[in-house]
Order: sequence, then structure tokens, then C-alpha cells
Amino acid sequence: MTLLKGAVPYGEGDPVDILIEDGFVSEIGTPESDGGEVIDAHGLIALPGFVDLHTHLREPGREDTETIETGSAAAALGGYTAVFAMANTDPVADNPVIVEHVWRRGREVGLVDVHPIGAVTVGLKGERLAELGAMARSDANVRIFSDDGLCVADPLIMRRALEYSRGLDVLIAQHAEEPRLTVGAQAHEGETAARLGLAGWPAAAEESIVARDCLLAGHVGARLHVCHVSTAGTADVLRWAKARGTQVSAEVTPHHLLLDDDRLNTYDPVNKVNPPLRTSSDAKALREALAEGVIDCVATDHAPHAPQDKDCEWSAARPGMLGLQTALSVVVRTMVQPGLLDWRGVARVMSERPAEIAGLPDHGRPIAAGEPANLVLVDPKATWTVNGARLASLAGNTPYEGMELPGVVKATMLRGKLTARDGQAVR
Amino acid sequence: MKHLLSCDGLSRDAATAVLDTADSLKQTLLGREVRKLPTLRGRTVITMFYENSTRTRVSFEIAGKWMSADVVNVSSSGSSVGKGESLRDTALTLAAAGADCVIVRHPASGAVHRLAGWLSHTHTSVVNAGDGTHEHPTQALLDAATLRERLGGLDGRRIAIVGDVLHSRVARSNVHLLTTLGAEVVLVAPPTLLPTGVSGWPVTVSHELDAELSAVDAVMMLRVQAERMHGGFFPSAREYSIAYGLSEARMRLLPDHAVVLHPGPMLRGMEIASVVADSPRAAITDQVRNGVHVRMAVLYHLLAGEEEVA
Repeated sequence: MTLLKGAVPYGEGDPVDILIEDGFVSEIGTPESDGGEVIDAHGLIALPGFVDLHTHLREPGREDTETIETGSAAAALGGYTAVFAMANTDPVADNPVIVEHVWRRGREVGLVDVHPIGAVTVGLKGERLAELGAMARSDANVRIFSDDGLCVADPLIMRRALEYSRGLDVLIAQHAEEPRLTVGAQAHEGETAARLGLAGWPAAAEESIVARDCLLAGHVGARLHVCHVSTAGTADVLRWAKARGTQVSAEVTPHHLLLDDDRLNTYDPVNKVNPPLRTSSDAKALREALAEGVIDCVATDHAPHAPQDKDCEWSAARPGMLGLQTALSVVVRTMVQPGLLDWRGVARVMSERPAEIAGLPDHGRPIAAGEPANLVLVDPKATWTVNGARLASLAGNTPYEGMELPGVVKATMLRGKLTARDGQAVR
Repeated sequence: MKHLLSCDGLSRDAATAVLDTADSLKQTLLGREVRKLPTLRGRTVITMFYENSTRTRVSFEIAGKWMSADVVNVSSSGSSVGKGESLRDTALTLAAAGADCVIVRHPASGAVHRLAGWLSHTHTSVVNAGDGTHEHPTQALLDAATLRERLGGLDGRRIAIVGDVLHSRVARSNVHLLTTLGAEVVLVAPPTLLPTGVSGWPVTVSHELDAELSAVDAVMMLRVQAERMHGGFFPSAREYSIAYGLSEARMRLLPDHAVVLHPGPMLRGMEIASVVADSPRAAITDQVRNGVHVRMAVLYHLLAGEEEVA
């Protein structure tokens, strides 16, 4: 039994006490608590625990950069109660053995619900479908499939994947990048890349795949999820597709909301990510599209990398940046502070919509009696300074190093059990 | 000035100081039987080339030797680079071994900026001898020296840069340096060989060489790399040559005083007709000659002249 005293659900109305029993919210208001733990939540906002549709936990294969255990700790500290682990591990999660391993390790660690994402194609090669059904029916109960890191570029394979997914009621999540338009690409194709002499990654390489896949999804009557939308043009394509009834959802990363390609001038690969940081006007369009609901949710694309894979020349560096522990703060900075989203909106883009998209029945639920106690307590007034070495991830590749960001996660609760409190993961 | 990494951000005063030093070094050495100055005696200069190069490496080596520096050449194939050592470790090793200056050519744009960062706690200077498709500042300086010599100055002069601007570090460095020194630059290329973001550059852009030639004081032809010819950037070498090659007929469109430059190596008959390359208005061997003096001047300003240059 735990009592959260004085929290403000969704940042709306008067402070209330939230009583948690047996993993559920049992009463809200001024409940009596006898003997249980009392958490002083005065001044804190209560939100449903966050759900990340896009995380790289690197296990199996690159346990030097992140493990399911360290990544779970980072997730809990970031306010997450469920994360989806991408399939581009080594070996690739394209079979029931790997996805069940990831799922079991997640359960053993117990800090966050770890849902493996299965590969769409064998070995992420884009050539033939992986055994989606076997993974869906495994103990891991895989709900989302993606070749993320790589695009399912062959239109026929993508069509088949979308078509086949309908029969399993699972979701295909596309990393939209036409590979022929991004051969050797290093940076957003625009003025900065032209000046720095970096091969361009044109916006159209993303937008053309998103348009194609929306048309294919509409044609075969399947659902489609678009990973890490990075351009204003993609937001326009999504707006158009949604208006004509396509079952498409989309995510945006915190870094594409906050950062732009001005950061590339130092050639420091901590800013290298795929899709690349775009222009400030793209970032603005993405923030507006998220507020409007054209982009459904925020997903971190949390991508730990070893120092030697970042402490090198730009073109040799691996793309990706940490995101789990900084996501909320970046959303507060880019969306809440400018008035684009209220806290109800934060709950929508970081918890409710991603849970709905993934079909998670017990996450992203209302804060109400009888609901699962998957909750996060946020101090909206506090700030913190990012220090990569002190984040829970094994890797330290955060682009926000030294930045003071608003919004501090004070506690995270998974089915009534504290998983993070005052900056410490609770095992 | 600790490093020379790019012409982007190089001030007019700093660039002019290097060019003036190069001029005086040239005058000093003129007609001397023994072309050796004691200026950098006891200094160690290491060239580190991760790409094949003859002219640039040799030019730097001669420049260092004429200044009496100890010059050591490292190539990526004959060193631990071939064993998979990181650029950072190689740089730290060479700095620890006593390099006062490392001169680096690398296929990755920005590699020299990373190097300068890794060596920021050391006294070692870094000179960019060409980084990917980014910059090649000493090439631009030697081009500017040659143009100053031939034209008397660069203020108000109009220079056409012709060819593969997209992949050219020579073009990027020249755009910055020539405009800093007061010249107007016009880039002439098919749209496929211009960067998408070229609109942000302080230049005008043209796709028609014939229309530009009568109004320029100099034309700088860029090298077209063989792999571009097969990469679909233009239909064929013949079509490129017809549209953008500097033929004898095109040379006649130039004003009498106009100069022809080429950074080399040249593809005769493709980018430039032999008659043009060998004509008196071609300054191609002057460029190579001036390259040594300009690189001597750069080494002087980095290693000996810290106090003199802001």
C-alpha cells in the first residue's frame, strides 16, 4: 500500500492523495492510509507512466554500450513504464528465440515492461519476411515489427509485410529512408551540409517513402507506423494521409524537436543521428504537428554508442544519441514551455497514444480508481543539468551535455512498485 | 593562429599576412643557389596523408625543408593506421613524439577539426591539407597568390570556378577566400554538380560557361573525378566536355588579361584543352611554384610567427 500525497493529476485542479493497493489505484481524493508508505508529492504532477515505442537496448550484441538492465534503469529514471526494444541487435531479433530472450530479461530486471520489436525481414536485409507469426505467438507476444536502422525499401516486400500484418493484428513500423537517395549520406541536405562538405540526406528520401507507404497501407487496409519523423514535408504527407483515412501513426524524437543542423559546425559526431538533425524550420513544423496530433507521439530512438564509435571523424561515427532520461525534459522545453502542449497533452504524446498504437492494455490509462498504477511524478518547476557520465546508460552519448533542462522525474511506479525515486533506480 | 583548418572564418588580415609573407619568401629565394632558410630549424613537421597525393605532399615537404624544419612523412598504408588505429590515437601519438605541426589530408570532411580538438591540450598545430569534400585552404591560398601576382590584386575581380563544385574542397576554400579578399565568384556547373545548399553561399551560380567567360578576370577549372563520370552526375564525359570543358574556342571568349587556373591533376581534352593548358594565360605551373612559398608562409605563421599574426 502506497499513498501519493498532494499530487496534481495532469497538472489540473487541486492536489489530491492517490492510494495505491495491489498494483492498482484504489482511491483518489483524501483516502485514509494505515501503515503503508507515504510519498510526499506536493508540488508534483502525476501522469500515466510513459511508453517509448522506439528504444535501442543493444542486448544481445553490444552489451558494452547498454544492457536490458541499464537501459531499463534509464527508462525508469526517465519516467517510462514500458519500452519497445528495436530489433537491430546482434544477432537480429528476427526469430522467437531472440525476442523471448529480450522479453524474459526485461521481466527479470523488472524496472520497466520491455517489449521486443521483431524484425520485418530476415537479418534486416529487406529481402524476405521474417517469421512474424512465430514471433507474435511467442511468449514475447510481439506486437510491433520494424527493420529500424534500415528501411524496408523494396516496395513489394513492404506491401507484403503490411498485408501480412493484418492477419496477425500487428503493426509495421517503418524507418523511412529511400536508400538510393541516401548513399553515403552524412547530414541533412541543405546549406549546412553544403558548407561542411558532408554528403546530403535529402528530406525527400524520407517523405517519398512515407508517401509510398501511406498509399500501400491504404491499398491493403493495413496500419502503418512511421518512425522518427524528421521533416516538415513528412508532417504534410501525414496530414494528407490521415485526412483521407489512412490508418497511419507517427512518432517524433525529442532531438528532432529541439536540435537542428546548426549543431554540426564542430563536426562532433555526438550530433550525428539517423535521420539527421534537420533545419530549425523543420523542428518548428514538427513541434506544431505534434501539438496538432498529426504526429501522434514522442519516441526516444534512444541509441547508446561506445566512445570509440563517437570519438572519431564524422563519417566514421555511428549515428544515434541517448534519449530515455532526457525525453520528458526536452518535451517540457519544446512543447510545454512555449504553450504548445499542456500536461494533459504530455500524457497524450508520451503515454496514452503510444500505448494505444502498440495495443498495450495496461499502460497509458487514466489516473483513476481501478486503473493499473503505472505512474510518474514530475516536478514541473525543477531543472537539472545533463551529464552523460552520470546517466544510467552505459554509454554517455548525449547531445544535451551541460544543458540545463526543465522538468524532473521524481518517481516512477510500475504496477504499484516504485522503479525510480529521486534520481535512483529502485531494484 | 594555431591551426589552419579552413578558409571559412579566415580573416582578410590573416589571409593577406600569409600571402604577403609568401611574396617576400619568394623574393628572398629568387635566384639563390641554396634555397634554404634557417627559420624553422629544430621544428618537427609531420605530414599525415590518408589519401594518395603527390603534389600537395611534396609541396609541403619542400616547404618544410626549405625552412629547415625536420619533415617526417607518414602514409596511412605504412603505419599503424593500416592496423586499425583510430585517427585520435595516431594524432596523440605523433604529438607525443614531438610534432610541432601535423599536416593532414583525410577523406572525411571535418577530420582536421576533430584532430585540432583532440590536440587542443598540446602545442601541436594542425594544417588541413584537404579534408574530404570540405576544404583545402592552402590550395586556395596558392590560387590567391597566383591571381594577385597575375592580376595585381583581387578586389573587384570576377573569378569563375567551373566544374564539380559539389565534391570539391578546392572550390569551397576558394569561395570563402576569394570573396574575403574582395573578389566576386561565379560558380559554373551543371545543377547535379552543385550542392543543394549553394544558395547560402556568397556567389552567383550559372549553368552556362559561354555566357560567363567574357566578363571574368580568371577562370578556375576543377578536376572531374573519374568516379563522378560513372555516377550519373552527367550523361557522358563527351557531353561534359562540350558544355564545361575549356576549349581553345572558349579561351578566345576570355578578355586578354584573363588567367586560367587548374588545381591539377588535369584531364587534358576533357576539362581543359591541351592548347589552353599550355598557353601563356595558363598559370598552372605558377600555382605549383607559389604553392611551396604559400606553404612556407603558413608554416612560418603557425610555428614561428605566433606573436606577429593576430
